[in-house]
Parts: sequence; C-alpha cells; structure tokens
Amino acid sequence: MTGFPAGSRARIALAVTAAAGLTLALSGCGSSSGSSTSSDGVVTITVNDMPAKTDPVNRKIFLEDVSAFEKLHPKIKVVPHEGQMDPQTFSTKLAGGQLENAFYVYYTDPAGLIAKHQAADITPYLSQFPAASQVKPQLRKVFQDAKGHTYGLPEGNYSMGLVYNRTLFQQAGLDPDKPPTTWDEVRADAKKIVALGHGTVGYGDYSKSNTGGWHFTAEMYSRGGDVAKQQSDGTWKADFDNATGKAVLQQLHDMRWTDNSMGERQLLEWADLLQMMGAGKLGMYLATSDNIPSIVAQYKGDPKEYGQGPIPGGQGTLAGGGGFMFNPKDTPEQIKAAMAWVMFKYENPDRIALGSQRASAAKQPVGLPEPNLWTGAAAQAKAAADAKYANVPVSNYAPFQQTIAGIPLVLEPPKAQQIYAVLDTAMATVLTRKDADIDSLLSDASKQVDSLLAAQ
Amino acid sequence: MATSLAPHRPGPPAAPSHGRTGALTARHARLRRRLADNALAYGFMAAGIVCFAVFSWYPLVRGIMLSFQQDNLITAPQWVGLDNYHHLFDDPLFWTAWKNTAEFTGLALLLGYAVPFVIAVLLNELRHFTAYFRIAVYLPVMLPPIVSVMLWQFFYDPGGGLFNTALRGAHLPTSQWIQSPDTAMISLVLVSTWANMGGATLMYLAALQAIPGELFEAAELDGAGLWARLRYVTLPQMRFIMLVLLLLQIISTMQVFIEPFQLTGFTDPSTITVMTLIYRYAFAVNNDFGLAASMSVLLFAVLGVFAALYLRLTRETD
Repeated sequence: MTGFPAGSRARIALAVTAAAGLTLALSGCGSSSGSSTSSDGVVTITVNDMPAKTDPVNRKIFLEDVSAFEKLHPKIKVVPHEGQMDPQTFSTKLAGGQLENAFYVYYTDPAGLIAKHQAADITPYLSQFPAASQVKPQLRKVFQDAKGHTYGLPEGNYSMGLVYNRTLFQQAGLDPDKPPTTWDEVRADAKKIVALGHGTVGYGDYSKSNTGGWHFTAEMYSRGGDVAKQQSDGTWKADFDNATGKAVLQQLHDMRWTDNSMGERQLLEWADLLQMMGAGKLGMYLATSDNIPSIVAQYKGDPKEYGQGPIPGGQGTLAGGGGFMFNPKDTPEQIKAAMAWVMFKYENPDRIALGSQRASAAKQPVGLPEPNLWTGAAAQAKAAADAKYANVPVSNYAPFQQTIAGIPLVLEPPKAQQIYAVLDTAMATVLTRKDADIDSLLSDASKQVDSLLAAQ
Repeated sequence: MATSLAPHRPGPPAAPSHGRTGALTARHARLRRRLADNALAYGFMAAGIVCFAVFSWYPLVRGIMLSFQQDNLITAPQWVGLDNYHHLFDDPLFWTAWKNTAEFTGLALLLGYAVPFVIAVLLNELRHFTAYFRIAVYLPVMLPPIVSVMLWQFFYDPGGGLFNTALRGAHLPTSQWIQSPDTAMISLVLVSTWANMGGATLMYLAALQAIPGELFEAAELDGAGLWARLRYVTLPQMRFIMLVLLLLQIISTMQVFIEPFQLTGFTDPSTITVMTLIYRYAFAVNNDFGLAASMSVLLFAVLGVFAALYLRLTRETD
C-alpha cells in the first residue's frame, strides 16, 4: 500500500471543505436571555462579579451578601455568576443572550453600550435609590448619555500611580520614602536598580493583550497629553501623534535599549509584572494600589516591601474602574430588583463600616489608597472606616495618598479597549525592536484609531 | 425491513404492459426495492448529512452571507455589498497578514514536511526501542495545543528561559526568540513543527512499512545504493501519501492561530497571520464580524484552490 485507499478523494475533499468551513464558523446563533420568572411574585435575577473558587474568602463574603440581600428582599432571588467582563467576548455574550440581568462593565464601555442601545435606561427607577446621588457626579456621568439619562451604577474607581519595591530601592541606595516623581527620575532610578544584577529589572511595562495601550494612555496623561480628543462637532480624533506621544515611546525605547533597565523579557501582560514584583525582581511599574494585595496573595510577596508613589510627571492620572449596567431585555421588575442588589452590595453607605470590618477580619486589605467613590457624609464614613480598620502599611503609600487630590483624574477615551489594542503594537515594537521607527508607529496607530473612532 | 409484502388486491384487469408504462412500473419497483434494501444505510447517511449541514455547511453559507453584511451580532445586520472587501484591501495589515501566513506556511513546509520524513526513515531502520521512539515522537501531538505553546513560551523566555539559559551555559550568544521581529516567525514555526510532526511521522512510517520488501531486494540486486533506493523505490512509492500530506499541511498551516496568538499576540505586525487578523477584526479591535467573515471567505477561497489542485494532481496519477 502506498497511500490512502481508492475512493478517499471524496472523503479528503469533504475534510478539506470541513476544515476550511471552520474558518467561516463566525456566525452567531442568538437566543433570548432566559431569566425572569415571577410565578409567586418572586423575581429572579442573574448577576455576575462573584469571585472564583480560587478566591474562597471573597467568594464567601459575596455569598453571605447574597443571603443577607435575599433575607431583606424575600421577593427577589439572586443567581450569581462568576467573573466580570471580558471585553473580547462581551459582544458575543450579549448577542447570544447569555448576559446577566446586572453585568459588570469597565468605565471604558458604557458610552459604546449606550450608543448601541445595549443597556437598559434606569432613569425612571433612580428616585427609588436616593443613596446613588451621593456617588461622585464625575463617576455617575460615565453612565449617562448626552440627554442626561442614566444607564448604570458605578461600583468603584482607581487611579494609577507608581508601585515600587522598597527593599530594592534601599539596596540601590535610593530613599524608599521618596519615589521618583518625574520620568527623568524614573529613568535614573531604574538604572541604579538594574545595576544590582541577579536579573533585577528597573522598570517594567506592558505590551500585550491591550495592557500596553492602557499604559501608553496612562503615560500620555501623566505628561499632560491625551490619546483621543473630542472635536467641536462632537466627533473624536486620535491625539497622540505628537511630541508627547514621541516622548513616551522614546523614553521606553531608551530605557530598554540604551540603559537596558527594562529587562530582556517583553510582550508582558497583566499578571507578568505582578509576578515579577512578587518575586522581588522588579523595581517599579505603573499600577493601581489594588495590585498590591494581588501581589501578596497570589505571588507570595511581602506586603511590607511595597510602596506606592504618585504617577511620574504628575500632570494627570488615568482614572478607571467599573460599575454595573442592566440587560436591555429586562422587565421593569427585573431592572428594579437588579438595581436593588447593586445598591445593596456596592453602593450602600450604611454598610461601609461593616464592609471594612469584615474585610479586615478576613485579612483582606483595608486602607489602600484609592480615590473615594462617595461624596458628603458617605465619603466621611468611608474615610473613618478605613482609618479604623486599616491593616496595610499605610505609611508606605503616603507619597501616593498625599498627591491624590492634586493630580487631575482623567477618564479613559471612548472605545478605549480597541484603542489600547491598536497601541499595543507601538508599545511592543519599541520594546522589542532596537531600530523601531517611532514616528511611523505613532502615525500608523493614529490612522487606525481615527478610523475606529469614525466607525459607528 | 418494511418491504411491500401486502397482498395484491383484485382490481380491474391490468392493461397489457407494453412500452413506456410497463418500463416505468418496473423502474418504480426496482427503485422501491433498492430504497427498502438500503433503508438502514440511508438512515446512517441522513444522520451524517444532518451533522454536516448543521455544523459545516450552514456556518459556511452563513459566513459567506456575513461577509457582505455589517453585523455586530446584536443590532440587525445591514447589507453593505463589497464594502468589507474594499476595507480589507485598504488595510495595510491585510497584506502583512497574508505575507506572514505565506512565510509561516513556507517555513512550516520546509521543516514540517522534511523533518517527519527523515524521522520516519530513521524509525523504520531502527531495530531496538522502536516502541519507545514511536511514542516519544507522537507524544507532543497528545498534548493540548495550548499546553505545548505555553511550554515553549517558557523555553523562549529571553531572560530565564530554557534555551537562553542553555546558550549562556555554553557561552554562546543568546537570542530574543519570539520577541525579535527577525527571529519571531521561525520560532513560531519551530513550535508548530514540534507539536504536529508526530502525526505526519506515523503516516510516513506506515507508508514506508507498506512498501513491498522485494522492491528493495530487487533494487539491491541491481546494485542500487542507499540514495538510489531512496530515489527510485521509496520516493515513488511514497508519492501519493506525500501529496496528501503536502495538501493537508498547507491547509492546516495556513490556518495557524494558537502559536502566534499565545506567543506574540494579535497586534504584532511581524507575526500577525490571517487567522489572528480575523480574530482581531471580530473580537479585539474592530468588533466587526462582517469584516472578519470576508477575510475568512478569502482564506476559504485560497484553501479551495489548493483542494482543486490536489484533486487535479491525483486524477492525473490514477
């Protein structure tokens, strides 16, 4: 026998068709969201954001909250789902009717979802939840359209700063209480840290899975720049193909290739820098304070080792976060029930102190420096609870905390995740290619972002 | 089987069955008998046809339709004619992706076609530990693709990865592997070849072992050396399977996805392939399923050309 038996041609042709057909299998089959029920007046709602089984402490707290809520509202049944939002599968989940009644979104997404009518208008029901008005107006605005209609409730927000390793600072002869506040200082300090040897990296940065573009944006803001600017006619255009954009990429390029202070390993994504920090191999990187408990819990870092300083440059800091929106196919009863859950769990001034106390008892970090969600009395309650139950080395974050009020918080651009994906290329190229042409990288990315922003 | 065994009812005397009517009746009877005899076979075939229709042909037709639509899978799709295709041709990444895919396919064929053949010839010559070596060669195929790719991710790490650590140990210059545009593509091809060569090797080996021994004996009697035997006996005997593998390899390597996606992402212009660009259009950047589908249709058309070429070649050899 020298090959396949006779007659196999048809079979192979069929296999070829099938193989090629797989490349076309992008068609989606929609099905309606199947969660309502109200036989005996009980409204069932699905919600996401339940922590995974790998995070048993927070999962337990979450499930306790579900029980407490159901006790308080016997006519509402909550079906929790794990996870939050994956921007890359979100649209297919929405199309497939798999989306929860209340779903978590990043601040990067509401504008697009509102424009496409993919989230329910909750304006008529807001008056039933007066506590919502105590949330910072700037954050509430993220979930509003031009007419002032509201489509979601903020859950929290963060701002970026510089997370650094105090031990490495000390070893490199730097003052761990005085982290760098300019990009020139970052460069100089990174050189001293990398000189320690043993594979230590002075400064780390991302360039994959949208995180590169996200950091590029944060670095633009820190230098007073922007990535997209609204025009007088209301449309948006890219705004980084300029001297500020060039300065961001040039600095990274020089640190990578002239100073060799960024390590050889690039194309890093979210968990990589946390892991390097946990292993004590990384001096500094841009991050939010909530990275620190992850470094400690997941990557076995020592909480006393980490400090947080203000964002270098200090002209603006990227503020992000997320909140909850509601399935546009929901009935008014489901919307009200889902809003009641979100308000109970995430926007509840009466449970601020309880939350801090419980987190502290479960050895979860309390007192991390984060911008406050609240205004007025609720803001004061939060500050008091943080001070009372703080269990993190608060003094390590003093350089960040002291500057929060002085650095303008800048929200993410429209279509942020898509813009970040485009900008990943520029970040990856300067960090992996010594002869990277920064001008053409910026101009290519700018054209792509313009076309994204122009598309509906 | 339910054949028509019902008793004949008496009826009006049948007209003499001359000519056309009689022939038709006989044909109907034959057809009915044939249907009855093969009912089970048709039942099995129907199941297969339904599966193909639902899982292959429907997505295929739907994909082609989608390529002429603007569709985010949520709001109603809109017909846009050839707009998606115009957009593709205007996108510089479109040509980059095809160039990279061609480069990947070329390199993968060079390695993935030759290496398994050489290994199969070597395995065929082995007299000891044959089972061990066969399993060792096939082992990577049994690993889930994502596992083998992540394994290589660790090998390629330019800092503390296995390869650079070994190179440093031997005082040799290190490489950036997947991180440098100069070496990224060949690094991806190495992963793919390693992960997939087991199957091809076993197919070559089976074909080699099926070559009648007397052909080699006759060639040896005629004074043929190793190369002559390879040239005049082995290669001609293996021609058919080599053609099949060539086609299958072209088709599978042109659809390469997991290696570039996991190792270099969907934004790196030096390794973006047709499939990662489809992903980028659909899920990552454009959120445009119509655009992604039109790219898929083009890939389908190119693969169709290879399929036609294959049929033509094999028809000539029959």
